[in-house]
Amino acid sequence: MRIVDRIRRWLSESPDLLEDAGGIGETRDLPREVMRREQHEADRFLSEGAKSFDRKKFRTVYGILAAASAAILIGVLLTAVAALPRYGVENERMDEVADYYIDHALEDTGAVNIVSGMILDYRAFDTLGESFVLFTALNCVLILLRRDEPGEEGEDDYYDLTHDNILRKAGLVMVPSVILFGFYVMLNGHLSPGGGFSGGAVVGAGLILTAAAFGNAVSARIVTEKTFRILSGTALGFYCLAKSYSFYTGANGIESVVPLGTPGSIFSAGLILPLDIAVGIVVSLTMYGIYRMFRKGSLT
Amino acid sequence: MRNLVYNYEEAVAVVLFGIGFVTLLFHRNLIKKIIGMNIMDTGVFLFLASMGYVKGGSAPIYAENADFYVNPVPAGLVLTGIVVSVSVTAIMLSLAVRLHQRYGTLNLDEIYRIAREKINER
Repeated sequence: MRIVDRIRRWLSESPDLLEDAGGIGETRDLPREVMRREQHEADRFLSEGAKSFDRKKFRTVYGILAAASAAILIGVLLTAVAALPRYGVENERMDEVADYYIDHALEDTGAVNIVSGMILDYRAFDTLGESFVLFTALNCVLILLRRDEPGEEGEDDYYDLTHDNILRKAGLVMVPSVILFGFYVMLNGHLSPGGGFSGGAVVGAGLILTAAAFGNAVSARIVTEKTFRILSGTALGFYCLAKSYSFYTGANGIESVVPLGTPGSIFSAGLILPLDIAVGIVVSLTMYGIYRMFRKGSLT
Repeated sequence: MRNLVYNYEEAVAVVLFGIGFVTLLFHRNLIKKIIGMNIMDTGVFLFLASMGYVKGGSAPIYAENADFYVNPVPAGLVLTGIVVSVSVTAIMLSLAVRLHQRYGTLNLDEIYRIAREKINER
């Protein structure tokens, strides 16, 4: 099968990009026998630690050891705190890097917000890893909590808030303003406090509020599994491409082909604005996706 | 030891870390263990933020009337920490959900006991 067809099919319905290419696709539906064996393994793993010694004695020893180690840890840390430089006083030796960032961030990155310039330009590769940490966490939650059989939905009707009049009426006002504010925070990351992570968290909260107040049908119309795949794939792919060019131009990623613009205007600071948007998309989708997985066991 | 009074914010952060650590060690309930882990994270964030604080400094965003700024590096580190903390919490909670589905309880001792019973049944 051609790769384009494969991607197209993956976007529309198939759960697995490598389906019928051997390997990953086949483990999806485990035979009962394999599943039972794995559960037995888990039981054995959990019970082995418990049966090999006297439980009561273990509890006493554990309590003493735990209290001692906690006390030692806190004591060592408090001693270390007592040896730290004075709180709130600038320390010449400690702040060398910070002084460099504060003095040069505006001309190097074009961002008014020094923290934004730092995390999305000087240390952008680190932030790429961070967004992948979030994405991987969402994937782990997907693997652990995905429910394949439908039919199980009735069990959390108890927590269903869609009949709550107060929440519904407040949601009509809150949802648009929360999501709009989230985009504002996301797009002004290089000018004011905020950025992709905080803005994305606010947008994600807005999506979660939509799902809680208006029910699954409404929120599933805004974010389907297809938009999920397209948006997070595009955002992470764009981030990878935008930052891996520094591998080719040399280790120092600061020189960019994107013009820095006038500091203070919205289209400035080179790649920081698009990267903020990419991070914001990944964060908001991850927040919403984790909520959906815990709530319903599927992304839509 | 007088330094401990001046560095009160770091000291509080360490105490918070200790509270989380004790919660993690002594509670048998998985959800409470996860809460303890989160309290530990919060202690670390407070410690990092207070390490970067400079008295009288303004937030690290260029402004005309600002004389000097607080250290921006810990802000970036705290951001990383928060992201990792959220991810780890999500994974721990979903593992707790799976354990509850299999064993019907969140108490670790109960989980061990039920696992042993299931082994003996076979």
